[in-house]
Amino acid sequence: MKTKSLWHYLSSRKKETVLAPLFKMLEACFELFIPLLVADIIDTGIKSGDTGYIVRRGILMIFFGILGFTLAVIAQYFSAKCAIGVSSDLRRDLFYHISELNYKNLDEAGLSSLITGMTSDINQVQNGVNWALRLFLRSPFIVFGAAIMASTISPAASVIFWITIAVLIFIIVLIMKLSMPLTAKVQKQLETVTRSFKENITGVRVVRAFNSQPSEKRAFNTNQDELYRRQIKVGKISSALNPLTFAVINAAIIFILWTGAINVDTGVLSQGQIIALINYMSQILVELIKFANIVLIVSKAMACFKRVKNILSIEPVLANGAKKIDASSAIDIKLENVSFAFDKKGGNALENISFHISKGTHAGIIGATGSGKTTLINLIARFYERSCGSILINDIPIEDYDIASLTSHISLVPQKSVLFRGTLRENLKWGNSEASDEECFDALKDSCAYDFIMEKGNGLDLYVAQSGSNFSGGQRQRLAIARALMKKSGLLILDDSYSALDYATESHIKNSVFNHRDNCTVLTVSQRVSSIYNSDIIIVLDNGSVAGIGKHSELIKTCPVYNEICLSQNFNEEAN
Amino acid sequence: MEYTAKKKSSVFGRLLSYLKHYLFFFIVSLFLTVITVVCTLLVPVFSGQAIDYIISSGNVDFNMVFQMLLKIAIAIICGVLSQYFTGCINNVITFKIVKDLRNEVFEKLHELPVSYIDSMATGEMISRCITDIEQISDGLFMGFSQIFNGVLTIICTIIFMLMINPVITLFVVILTPASFMLTKFIASKTHEMFVKQSSSRGDLTALTDEALENMKLIYAFDHKEESRSEFDKKNAVLAEHSLKATFYSSLVNPSTRLIYSTLYAIVTIAGGFTVIGGAMTVGNLSAFLGYTNQYSKPFNEITGTITEFQNALASASRVFEILDAPGTEDPSALPCDKSSIKGNVSIKDVYFSYNPEVPLIKNFSLEVKSGQRIAIVGPTGCGKTTMINLLMRFYDADSGTISIDGKPINEMSHIELRSHYGMVLQDIWLKTGTIRENIAYGVPNATDEQIRNAAKSAYISDYIDRLPDGYDTVITEGGGNLSLGQKQLLCIARVMLADPPMLILDEATSSVDSMTEIRISKAFDKLMTGRTSFVVAHRLSTIVNSDVILVMNNGSIVEQGTHEELLAKKGFYYNIYQSQFAH
Repeated sequence: MKTKSLWHYLSSRKKETVLAPLFKMLEACFELFIPLLVADIIDTGIKSGDTGYIVRRGILMIFFGILGFTLAVIAQYFSAKCAIGVSSDLRRDLFYHISELNYKNLDEAGLSSLITGMTSDINQVQNGVNWALRLFLRSPFIVFGAAIMASTISPAASVIFWITIAVLIFIIVLIMKLSMPLTAKVQKQLETVTRSFKENITGVRVVRAFNSQPSEKRAFNTNQDELYRRQIKVGKISSALNPLTFAVINAAIIFILWTGAINVDTGVLSQGQIIALINYMSQILVELIKFANIVLIVSKAMACFKRVKNILSIEPVLANGAKKIDASSAIDIKLENVSFAFDKKGGNALENISFHISKGTHAGIIGATGSGKTTLINLIARFYERSCGSILINDIPIEDYDIASLTSHISLVPQKSVLFRGTLRENLKWGNSEASDEECFDALKDSCAYDFIMEKGNGLDLYVAQSGSNFSGGQRQRLAIARALMKKSGLLILDDSYSALDYATESHIKNSVFNHRDNCTVLTVSQRVSSIYNSDIIIVLDNGSVAGIGKHSELIKTCPVYNEICLSQNFNEEAN
Repeated sequence: MEYTAKKKSSVFGRLLSYLKHYLFFFIVSLFLTVITVVCTLLVPVFSGQAIDYIISSGNVDFNMVFQMLLKIAIAIICGVLSQYFTGCINNVITFKIVKDLRNEVFEKLHELPVSYIDSMATGEMISRCITDIEQISDGLFMGFSQIFNGVLTIICTIIFMLMINPVITLFVVILTPASFMLTKFIASKTHEMFVKQSSSRGDLTALTDEALENMKLIYAFDHKEESRSEFDKKNAVLAEHSLKATFYSSLVNPSTRLIYSTLYAIVTIAGGFTVIGGAMTVGNLSAFLGYTNQYSKPFNEITGTITEFQNALASASRVFEILDAPGTEDPSALPCDKSSIKGNVSIKDVYFSYNPEVPLIKNFSLEVKSGQRIAIVGPTGCGKTTMINLLMRFYDADSGTISIDGKPINEMSHIELRSHYGMVLQDIWLKTGTIRENIAYGVPNATDEQIRNAAKSAYISDYIDRLPDGYDTVITEGGGNLSLGQKQLLCIARVMLADPPMLILDEATSSVDSMTEIRISKAFDKLMTGRTSFVVAHRLSTIVNSDVILVMNNGSIVEQGTHEELLAKKGFYYNIYQSQFAH
């Protein structure tokens, strides 16, 4: 997908993008006329004592004000509409794009950068576009417009305007350039202070157990002193902005008055025109400071847009095949010398894995945390692409399949049981959007969730809070199993899905899973021997490699890793 | 929260008391502000007077013009210097007070009982110490100087204008509050739209967070389309509310500009009439126009700072809430007896509850002899940490006594009590700093050899040696460079080095790889040898080898005895044992 530039988003609302700054400029024009009108009143009205003229010009000033107001309101409307349209489109595109990404993309991008992208980055872009449309043209227009108007009064006087503008720009840029890196340093030190404070809260027991409050206080004070030093340093620079610009503008006014005096004396300028020149000078400063702020806002917005664009330019890396999976039968899985690494730098997370799980088998995968169990099932579902070796699904290479068809034929109970905000029915229908209430209840019964759901009342309309936080861990796990059971598929993967359940519930669920699903291959991943010991085939993983494959009775004799796991869990087959 | 006027003023008064150390700076700052304001306002007066000497061709008094320009130059120089130094002095005052406040909060943090810290969310505490204090500095002290400057400017402007012409001044004084009220009117009208915007934004953010966090699940269930259409709906609602909020709030600027341009025109007309009538000069009119231009600025600034000021007061009262929190950890300054102890612990008739309505520990007694091992077992959330809290006096028992070698612990200073114990908690806590600093946490003057030996005893020295920076490796906040198990080994090394006579251990439930697991349990065993130990136990071997097992459920101790005694009882322990360990 080709990523769009910010211009693309703006050009899809051409009318607003053009009209907003245009109306703003028109408004500025009327503002620029005011000093001329005042000069006119002084030079013509007052000098000749013509009160009627003064009133007429004064009313014209008010009329210009009203006109400017109307134009500004229109411009504000267009710019708000444009900015919000852009952010709304951008947000939609980004969300759609993220939902296209696969596991590897998501890992690489990182959750926090995706969330920042969707929220604060896009808000900044919206803000930037809004201000840019309103003021990016207006401010320079007034600044340069004032200089140009000044030159219509007196070409000679306008030179001082251009010099003043240049000097002011120089001062503003210089102070920003000097203070920005220092501000960043203040920010950094503030983070250190925050971290130090946070550590003392989370570790309050340890700090007190070791009686190290005094040394912690000393460390905190040192951090604070450094923060203070940096704040003062940046303050010394940024405090100079206002006095310096004030000095420059007023120095220019002195100059205008002096040259003005000479020009009036020789009859080149009038008294009113000098007043107009001074008024133009005062207009410049306000707008230049505004402009400097706009530059900051816009450059921040551009940086944010760039981050958003980086996410938009992530290409989903998996190649999609064309084959549809045979939906009528269980899935046969064969791995040959499969290895996998999350990234090129790190070592292999899985090393040279080979095994065969035939149609309808109940297979167990066991191993310690970090041994690669979840990674292995992620390869089988093609959530990740193996680095080398081959994975055959029903004897056809996995990459020949259409990914959607493959996914739709696999039911997954993930390790972390999350539910989504909404009703229970909506959550269950994730597995099968056409399911009837009847089917929902069946799945709930199979996963031992029916009783506690009925106790809560509301049946399938039961409210589910974000992440399913209104259910206990064990209840969530059973609902996640129910959700997966809703999906009629040829492969059911249970990734450590019994960890929060007691033994009786676990065995009940296992029975219903096995009894009701003869046309299905089942993969059970666990750290607990009791969850998998009676599988048809057990794959023992240790540090990313296969340590043994076989039945429980064989492995306990032949596989030392398996034997050790059984011993460490005091596993005793007879007791079960 | 609603802040009553009385409370507000007391919060404000208290904040001002922080100023008293910097009173001299503060007075200098106020004095310089007066100079700044007067100088700034004199410039239009002088330039107006200069204009009056520049009348027309051949009618220019260069001598007087020059004098006026000189006056302007002096006013500028004084104004610039005083403005700059006011800024610098205000920075000193503000940042010093911020520092003082933050240090005070930090001091308080370590005086507060653990119960208070437990009862408050970490993020909440941090935001009070960092963001709220920042807000106080921005809104209050910076705001104070801005408001002072603003009010002074307004008063001086009015005085200067009155001196020139009272009638026109009246126009200005009457019309300015109009813009003020208009701003307030628009703000109150848009408030509702902002509330709507932030609620629909919150709604969308919640949806986005949920979806992004679980994108893999959405992928696995091919649930893309559904989640997109839900997103589109909420995105559209947000766009609608945002448009209204943004547009209506953006009316403030053009509206105030309209009022000022009208005012400007009226001043010009009225001024023109007055000049013709002879009561005013053209230069006066120019000065008037200059004032009218500047007059709006302090009003806008004050409006802005008042909101900040309100926020700052709210922030301050949140900070004071911490500073005023009742109770201190160690109220009595008991002498600290650092002589060595044997480690006999006697617990007699202890009652304890976090909440008086839910009694937890009732009439609990236990005699522990030096070197014995006490295992605390029970299902998750049964309150095993309560025992740790009582033994370390993070919380005090409601009644009954706990004594060490016959000396009741509430007659000991906290420093003394805690120096007897070494503690390894399940929530691993390491400081941001080097591995060396972390191991030497309890003994800051430990030698390298001692540190190395401690690491060796905790079976982590080989790993540390393999790191490129060895003992100087910096452990970062998330601790990404160390695994959970390795971090726990560091915590054990930390206690090894401190070498206390008694231990409180919390065995980790989280699974670590089997090699590390073995190391941890070996290290724990080594640590416990010869020390009185209280262990929140998860491993069977620890439990079986204990001298006494305390079985806890729902926060209270339900059974106590040895493994055999408890099994024979066929009670709660028997059930736990059956379900967790004997498959």
